[in-house]
Order: sequence, then structure tokens, then C-alpha cells
Amino acid sequence: MKNINVKKHMLVPEHSKLTKKEIQELLEEYNLSLNELPKIVSTDPAIERFNVKLGDVIKIIRDSPTAGKSIYYRVVING
Amino acid sequence: MEDNEIPVFKKVATIGFSVLSPNTIKKMASAKIVTPELYDKEGYPVDGGLMDARLGVIDPGLKCKTCGSKLKECVGHFGYISLARPVIHIKFVSVIYDLLRCTCRECSRILIPKNKIETYMDELEKSEIESGLEGRRIKIKEIIKSLKTINKCPYCKSRQQKITLEKPTTFLENEKRISPIEIRTRLEKITDEDCEVFGLDPKSIRPEWMVLTIMAIPPVTMRPSITLESGERSEDDLTHKLGDIVRINQRLFENINAGAPEIIIEDLWDLLQYHVTTFFDNNIAQLPPARHRSGDPLKTITERIKSKGGRIRHNLAGKRTNFSARTVISPDPMLDLNEVGVPKLMAMKLTIPERVNEWNIEYLKGFVERGQNKYPGANYIARPDGKKKKITDETREQLLEEIQIGYVVERHLMDGDIAIFNRQPSLHRMSMMCHKVRVLPGRTLRINPTVAHPYNADYDGDEMNLHIPQTEEARAEAETLMMVQTQLISPRYGLSIIGAIQDAISGNYLLTKEGKYLRKEAVDLLLSAGITDFPRLSKKEFVSGKEIFSVLMPHDFNFTGKSKSGKEDVIIKNGKLINGVIDSSNIGGGKGLMLRNIHKKYGEAKAIEIIGAIFRLGTAVLLKRGFTIGISDADLPREAINKINEVLIKAREDVKKLIDSYHNNTLQTFPGRTLKETLELKILELLNKARNETGEIVSDYSNKETHMIIMAKSGARGNLLNLAQMAACVGQQAMRGKRIEKGYKERTLSCFKKGDLCPEAHGFIADGFKKGLNPKEFFFASMTGRDSLMDTALRTPKSGYLYRRLANALQDLKVEYDNTVRDSNKKIVQFNYGEDRIDVSKSDGGIVDVNTVIKSTK
Repeated sequence: MKNINVKKHMLVPEHSKLTKKEIQELLEEYNLSLNELPKIVSTDPAIERFNVKLGDVIKIIRDSPTAGKSIYYRVVING
Repeated sequence: MEDNEIPVFKKVATIGFSVLSPNTIKKMASAKIVTPELYDKEGYPVDGGLMDARLGVIDPGLKCKTCGSKLKECVGHFGYISLARPVIHIKFVSVIYDLLRCTCRECSRILIPKNKIETYMDELEKSEIESGLEGRRIKIKEIIKSLKTINKCPYCKSRQQKITLEKPTTFLENEKRISPIEIRTRLEKITDEDCEVFGLDPKSIRPEWMVLTIMAIPPVTMRPSITLESGERSEDDLTHKLGDIVRINQRLFENINAGAPEIIIEDLWDLLQYHVTTFFDNNIAQLPPARHRSGDPLKTITERIKSKGGRIRHNLAGKRTNFSARTVISPDPMLDLNEVGVPKLMAMKLTIPERVNEWNIEYLKGFVERGQNKYPGANYIARPDGKKKKITDETREQLLEEIQIGYVVERHLMDGDIAIFNRQPSLHRMSMMCHKVRVLPGRTLRINPTVAHPYNADYDGDEMNLHIPQTEEARAEAETLMMVQTQLISPRYGLSIIGAIQDAISGNYLLTKEGKYLRKEAVDLLLSAGITDFPRLSKKEFVSGKEIFSVLMPHDFNFTGKSKSGKEDVIIKNGKLINGVIDSSNIGGGKGLMLRNIHKKYGEAKAIEIIGAIFRLGTAVLLKRGFTIGISDADLPREAINKINEVLIKAREDVKKLIDSYHNNTLQTFPGRTLKETLELKILELLNKARNETGEIVSDYSNKETHMIIMAKSGARGNLLNLAQMAACVGQQAMRGKRIEKGYKERTLSCFKKGDLCPEAHGFIADGFKKGLNPKEFFFASMTGRDSLMDTALRTPKSGYLYRRLANALQDLKVEYDNTVRDSNKKIVQFNYGEDRIDVSKSDGGIVDVNTVIKSTK
């Protein structure tokens, strides 16, 4: 099978990994614990290159029909 | 709870079902039942009888002997009886049957060699991991099936006999009956280890518990007796059945103790088995159901739960409510938007409780005096201790004297009372709105036609429900949250969902366009609409329609907008309509912008008042002027008909040229299409263009004064396309986006040549509805008609289910104060509501127009 780089696909939004400090700030801003964030499995092709560990937070910047750009965060879980 | 503290939830991980052991039954019982007698001579419950006072209370005022609480506080307590001989529990017959056949008759070990038991258990674990508990159960069934044929015990090597079940509760081994005692001893001997292979957890289910030696007696609270009007007591079906059990059980005891012959004991034993069986289930195929003296079968435990009349479907899934009503609805524009017309008949059945106090006692006494049959009267009064008394002609005088402060009078529904009105399916929150009651003669519930839209109601037989809130809190809540005027703006798209419709639009259109009236006539019109603000009309002899309409507007209202045609500006200055006509784009629902502005500026109460007035004015104008349509509205001059024919002939020729070029292979194909597809697309385009051209001819030539055109232009009903279909040409009938191709091989009907591609052969209808269709055209119209009918019939339930699932999935999502959307566990779903944080119901069609906001702050 041909190897496809999903992150180059037009429908895959921009993913990036947060630093420890950024995670802390995010959780404080929304008054959250990690398990209240939306989830993403560690094997998700879009975050393959980040070498993620459990509890890492991924920042996703999506195109939005209502707001132009929208920012979303997901916490890495096993799977 | 602290604001940021998240409550700890306990999650239900598993639910286990088990069988009551004799010990558990004894432990949870608070009385041993020994006698079938219920009451002694004085009418008090007998100790050790079925209505023993230790089993709970069913009489008001008494206290429970076990827990000391009163009626409704005490949930009741179980009792028990010990059976003289063991009896098989009917609901476990199949399990017992399996167990007996799969275990050795001598040593009661499972018929699997010791070394293999583990492999079987492993297999069970494996199938549970693969396909869950369901898979495990299936696997257990398979194992049981494989064991039935083994006829030599792997442990004691004894030969196994064939065991059969003679329904309902008799087990035979080699045609010889095994007594329940024998069955019980066999089940007792099954080891805990073997139990697990059968899927029983020996800690909560021991096989021998399925043969009853001790029976739990349900508390009296679940089988209350009813005192009839004659003062006689009527016992519950369960009590009757339990009485039978206890009676036979006592006789069996006596006979055993007296050393009666075995046949008599066996007969009594069988009878006990029958009574215990029918106590659990009175619908066993092989057993005659236990009956009342009157002949109708008893309703025992299984019947209480099962099927349509049972607890689940009747009481849990099908809850019913009091203080509600339902009938056919009909429209009445003379009602306010937030009113509902209630038939007097209903108003005399629906009641509102009012507590008597110092100030209203005389007022409420009036209701009691009028009683049930005079409106407005009262149906019941309630004492402070909760005792309700019906008001009848006999009791009225007495109740009138008894009534004092603290009593509650349940008076008839009256004008101005609060009611919640609903039409199913309740798909959005506007399906249940709060209305004020108007008691009217007649037998239908009536609503202002403008509120039909949020309910999605029409008057072809629709029925709606009315609910009367019974407490002050409920009424206040309904009024502030659900009143019609609070629901003017739909949260779905932020536009008004209530607006003038139909006659109201064409009426106002005619009024503001051509209206010229004597001042007296104008006053008459306004009076019909319920407006008395006549000084606002000029003192001239003649007033224009625009002036009349202006009377409805607030004094300081300013508005500029477009009319439906988009050509004319609608200008309202200081409450005066200066220019333009009023049509659906201003006073209609949805994009009714004028209404939206009034709502924003003057509030919801004023908004519904004005909508109601506009509606009544519109209908009054039409009543005065007269408004009707006929076939002649679709008449066209000779010239127009000729032009239409020319267009159609031209189109037919063009299509013919296309078909020829297709046959000569001179047709240019579209990229990505076959030659045939290209041809079809081109033909469709051509024919649609022809139809549109005829439509234009119709709108150019038709008489602008006809009411059909007026309705289309004002946006009251119909559009120009409908008119064109009537007057000129119905057009191409399409199925699945293509011309009609169904029917015979290579042709649609047998009157066409095979492979004929001309318009007529594929569903082009060149005639209009007024002229009439020819048989072929009619057939094609029927095809698409049938197709769309089927389509809607099939799509409605599908999309309804889809919507239901969506609503259930999203139902407890909530926008928090930090604009995040979270579920009930405070988990985040969206970081910003809708990604743009806009509350649609506070925007204009989902858009926040920054320019208007800036303007309004200046």
C-alpha cells in the first residue's frame, strides 16, 4: 500500500504539541483536570510525528465556517 | 457545593441478578404467616394472617408495627411461609431442567471430566472478552446442549437416565416422576465449581434455591385492599392467591402430621404446586388460569409486569397526567396571540386549586355555591389535612358551612388562567408554550392562526393538548419562561417564527397599496381590528390605507426596509408609513424584519400586540373588500397564448436538432460525461429554459389585478411558478434528477417508438393545468406525484428517528459561563460555543451585524 502522509492532506488541520507550561496554563484558564479535555488516541496518524506520551495535550487549529479559525485541545490517551 | 468542585459520581459497573435463598427470605421477613384468615370479628388484622399489621400499613392513621411509620412513609415489609413440601418455582423450570440433564443422577457432578472443566471455563472467558456477556451466554447454551447426550458419568461411571419435562412443572426420569424433594437434593449436591460452568455465581445463586421450601409473602402495600362503598372489603388478587397457598399449605401440614395416605398428600402437594405456580404466573400454557368467583382470571405477579397493561409499558413508559385536556384545534384571529380558547365543557372539568384566606373566602364561597354544574363553579374542596370532598347538590350546603381559612377550593378554569399548550411531535421548545385561557362556547380548542407555525399545526383535524399548572410556582415558571411572547425569536436561526400569514398579508398588502377609504370606513376597519386610537387618523374626509396601517405603529417607530419585490423601499417615520407596501418581507415570519425591529425596540408584549392587530386589520380589510380566486385568474390574452405556443414549438425543434446531432455523432460531449448523458443534460436545460420563458410570458401578460397574482406578489400564498403551471405549461417531470426513463424496454409507454428521445416521450408536460393534461402527460404527472408521496411517507419516520437520536445525544450539553460547551460531567465538548460564541437567538439570523451595533451606541 502506498504510504500517505496525512498531515499534508487539505482536510487535516494543523496539529501541535503543547509544552508542560502551556498545558498548565490551559488547565487553569478553563479550570479543568486533564480527563475533562476531549481525547485523542496516541496512535492517531495526525500526531504520529510528535512522539506523544499519555497526558500530552495537542493543540488543533481548524478552519471554521462560523469563526474563521478555531482552536481545539485534545489530551492524548492510550489506544 | 463549591463552584469549581466537581461532584464525585459512582458509576454503575455491573448489575447482578440473583435468587433469594431461604435464609435471606427469613432474614428480610418481619412476620411468619400461618393462617389464611385476614381479619378477626372486630375487623382487625389477624396476627400471622396475610394482612398482618407487621407487613405494612394501608389504612390512613395507623402506624406500621415493624417500622412505626405512617401510611405512605412505610414501604411495607415482607413476610414468609414455610412450605410443607418443596415446590418448584415456575420461572426457573428451564434452568432446573438443564441442570438435571447435565449432572450425574448419582453424584450430581457435571458430566464433564475433571481435567476438562478448566478448558471449558477458559473458553467461556474467551468468548466473554470477544463478544461480551451475550457471547458468554451463547457459549454456555452450547455447552449445555453438548452435555445432554452424555450417558455415563465421568466420575462415578453410573449410567444416566433420560430426563424429560412434562410441562409445566413435572420432571420424569424414565417415565417415572422425580419428586421436588429428590430434585432439590440433587441440586444441593452440585458443587460450587460446577455451578460456574452453568453461568451461575454460587455465592448469589445456589441451584437448590430454585426449588422453594420457604416462600416470601409480599408486603400488604403492594396488594392493598379496597373498601367498597357498601363498606365491604375487597382484597387484591395477590392476597386471594396467597390465601389459597396458605390454606393448602396448612392442610398439607395437618395431613402429613396425621399420617394421611400418600395419595392424599400427593394430591395436596400438586395443588400447592399449582397455587404457587399461578401466584407467580397465571398464564402458563398447560395450566388453567386461577379465576375469581366472577370468572375473570386473577392478575398475579407476572401479569402485573408484563405486556401492554403491565408496569413497564403502562406505568413507566406510558405515564399519564391529570389536569390535562385534548381536542381538535381551530383558528380564531380574534384571540390574542398568547390566548387559547378553551371550550366551556373543558373549563368545567379542569380545575385550579385556590387556598381560602381571610380576603377571598366570600369570593371562593361563591364558586362552591354554584357547584359543579354552573359555570364558574367548583368541583372539590380539600381540607387542610388533605381529605378531598366532592361538591354535589346534596353536600353543597353542608360544605358551604364547613369551609374556612386553610381549605382549598378546586374552582373551574376561568379567563386569564395559565395553561400550557402542546402539539406532538414536540420537536423544539416552541412545541410547548404557555397561553392564557379564554373560555369559549363550542367544542374545539382555539388558537390565533399566527401561532400555528411554531406548533407546526393546521386545522385539518389536528389535536392538541392542554395542561393546567396546579401551583403558584408552576404557573409563575410557565409564565416567565414559556409564554408565547417569550418564544417569538427562534433559537435555531435567530429570526421571528411568529408572523402574519395568508389573509393577513394579502389584506395589509391591499390596504397599503391601493386603499382609499372614507374616514368612517377607516374607523370601522380599525374597530374590527380592536384598535380605538382614532385621533391618529387625519381629519380629512378620505384617508389612505397607509394612514390606517400607521395607526398600528408605535408613535416613535422608525424603519427602512425593502418590500418583497425588492424594488420599493418601505419607510416608516415616527410611526407613519410614508412609502412602500407592506408584504410578507415586513410582517411575515422568518425574515419579517419590521416585526423583528418592533420586537427589539418595544419588547415582546408590544410585539405580539402589534402582530395581533396587524392580523386582525388584514382580515378586516379582506372582509370588507372581498377576496376570492377562480379559474379566470389564470386567463391569458390570445397574444400570450400564441407566444407560449411559439416558445414550446421552438423548444421542441431545438430538442429535435439536439437528438439529430446525437444520432449523427456531431454532438460535443461534456467533460466527464458520456454522449448520452450530455444529450440528456442539454435537453433538460433547454426544456427548463422553455418553461421559464412561458412563466415570464405569463407574468408579463396576466392581469395584475387578479387575486391570485396579489397573493403571489404579497407573499401570502403561492408563487409565480404555480401560476405559470396553471396558465401555461407544467414543465418537465423529473425523477432522480433525470427525465422519466422507467416503463417498458427502451420506452416509457407503449405508444412511443423504441428509443424515442423526444420531450413528450420522457415526461415533458407542455400543457397547463387549466387547459388540462393529455393522457400521456397525466400518466407522467402521476408518476412523479406517486414518487414524491412515497418519498415523504418513507422519509418522515426516518428523519424523525434521526432527529430523536441527535436530541438524545445532545440533551444535557450546556454552555457554561466561560463560553465552553460541557456535558453533565463537566467534560468539554467545545471550547467556544459554536466556535464563534454567538447566541443565535440574540443575533439576526446567526449574524451579529457590527455596523448596526455601532450605530445604535451613537
